Amino acid sequence: MTAPAAPLQLESLTTVVSRTPLQNVTRRLFRHRSAQVGMGILGLLIIIAIFAPWFAPYDPIKPLREVKRRSAPCIHVLGCPADQPQHFFGIDSNQRDLLSRIIYGARLSLEIGIATVTFAIVIGVILGAVAGFVGGWTDNIIMRLMDVLLAFPALLLSIAIVAVLGPGLINALLAIAFVSIPVYARTVRASVLQVKEQEYVSAARALGSSPLGILISHVLPNAITPIIVQATLGIASAILSAAALSFLGLGAAPPTPEWGLMLGEERNSLFNAPHLVFIPGIAIMLMVLAFNLLGDGLRDALDPRQANVN
Amino acid sequence: MSQFLIRRFILVLPVLFGITFVTFALARLLPGDPCFAVMGERATPAQCEAFRERAGLNDPILTQFARYLGDLSKGNFGDSLKDSRPVLQIVLERLPMTIEITIGAMLFSSTFGILLGVISAIRRNTAVDVGTMIGANIGVSMPVFWLGLVLAYIFAIALKDTPFWIPPSGRLSSGISIPRLDEIYNMQDATGFQGALVTFASHSAIFSAIITGNFEVLKDALWHLILPCVAVGTIPMSIIARMTRSSLLEVFGLDYIRTARAKGLREQVVIFKHAMRNALLPIVTVVGLSVGGLMSGAVLTETVFGLPGVGTQLVSAILSRDYAVVQAFTVIIAIIFVFVNLIVDLSYVFLDPRIRMQ
Repeated sequence: MTAPAAPLQLESLTTVVSRTPLQNVTRRLFRHRSAQVGMGILGLLIIIAIFAPWFAPYDPIKPLREVKRRSAPCIHVLGCPADQPQHFFGIDSNQRDLLSRIIYGARLSLEIGIATVTFAIVIGVILGAVAGFVGGWTDNIIMRLMDVLLAFPALLLSIAIVAVLGPGLINALLAIAFVSIPVYARTVRASVLQVKEQEYVSAARALGSSPLGILISHVLPNAITPIIVQATLGIASAILSAAALSFLGLGAAPPTPEWGLMLGEERNSLFNAPHLVFIPGIAIMLMVLAFNLLGDGLRDALDPRQANVN
Repeated sequence: MSQFLIRRFILVLPVLFGITFVTFALARLLPGDPCFAVMGERATPAQCEAFRERAGLNDPILTQFARYLGDLSKGNFGDSLKDSRPVLQIVLERLPMTIEITIGAMLFSSTFGILLGVISAIRRNTAVDVGTMIGANIGVSMPVFWLGLVLAYIFAIALKDTPFWIPPSGRLSSGISIPRLDEIYNMQDATGFQGALVTFASHSAIFSAIITGNFEVLKDALWHLILPCVAVGTIPMSIIARMTRSSLLEVFGLDYIRTARAKGLREQVVIFKHAMRNALLPIVTVVGLSVGGLMSGAVLTETVFGLPGVGTQLVSAILSRDYAVVQAFTVIIAIIFVFVNLIVDLSYVFLDPRIRMQ
């Protein structure tokens, strides 16, 4: 009875097997609805960020002459008189073109997100690997320290660190990166412990591989999935935290075109020029949203079992 | 069960120790000589030496840490450089505002988060579900201070001269003040722990209003809290809604739910009595974890709404390099956070009999 069905099954099996894991993941990622939206927004923002000097109509820092402070957007198509220069997002309190500042801000925000997360990953991987490989007291001390860092509300610890280092964009980024180290350290340590006792690692060690070699060729490939997902979501929260610190006046200093700082500077324009407050916030939201959606999509694509549960 | 409680409680101690150690270490890492920070830039070396001796900065670092722990246990956080008064006083005056926002935002976020989550789980893949989940995604991506500004614009500017107008700033309307608990109960001279409690309670508008039965103040205080709480609560609300939805959906697939439905129970009973009970554990975890975010959010939004809480004080302390104040707020908020997480863990015991049995 079952005999006729067998060749059919075999056929379908071979079509599944012919795809590499990477192809599978990319396929799932590109079919994931929220990942599609996230990649779309992010792609657009990356293009804007890379080609900022071409897209920005004016200098983001130098005040313009002959424009009124806090003037509303002027778009010719929407009825703004043709003899006035076009300013899609209006003019800010310091006579600068808001659109140009938003465009350069995209560049800065991407740099902020990627730089902090890279820093956190590098330190986190080192700490997690050392803790996992060495074990014993070293492991205990490192991981308990990580637990303590996680015991603080993240933003407040970053604020306290900025208090020590002094306000400034670089210090704010260091603080945010420092606070996000524990997540990566834990991930890598778990992966080290998982792999450490495996026979192929013993074999690699017997063949004379150094711990660093084992880390790179055996441990990291195992830990890479959760790290990628965590990093994508981490970029989103790093951008939010950096904006928050700048908003409070503890991060980027004027006249840097940083979105959080722009919000903080224009806080008092809410009554007479609300667009100066709305637009930078929407920019932050779009970028954070893009990374969050992409992170969700990546998680589902990299771990299909989890995706089916949800 | 008592074993579980004791074990969980003992686990908190090393974390508390670590928190104090990290804040102590941060203070030692301050750039520049603390002498110049306290005595001014023109302090002579002799003055500095005397200051170091007096402040105990010449002692071994472990002795200093032990002294710091001893001071903390007595509630001594040192003096503020800027205001030259005990930091504890400042903390007690500022903390109630932030706690009011945090609690208000927590009530808002868990009520609406769970409600939205349940609705989207029941009406899975309908417009309501998709809309809620899109809203939740946007909600977690918004900067909380920006949402505060947008809400202030909508309710204070756009809806001006309508019944929906809500004040955009301040804690109470002008002409209304917090009832003075210390005067009403003749406790101006209270010292020590009692004094601290009186200061703390009399700086909480809502608590004082309830205690004294002053409903005019209570109404006004709550009215001023609406916008900050909605702003701070929106991000956790989104997270709670998503968690409630996925947690409920997971439970909906289980056999006992099918049994309950097959028995002919009403759908409300199935959802709220059978499904919700088991879906609650991850939801409570998320609510507990969001306390850190709520407190950070409160700190951020206070500056938007001009509220006299921890956030506004913290920022001015950092800008004037008043580190004792920063240190005290960091320690206290971290300790509160740890204890809230402890309460969440303990609540599992009541929510999940399996843990009780272990």
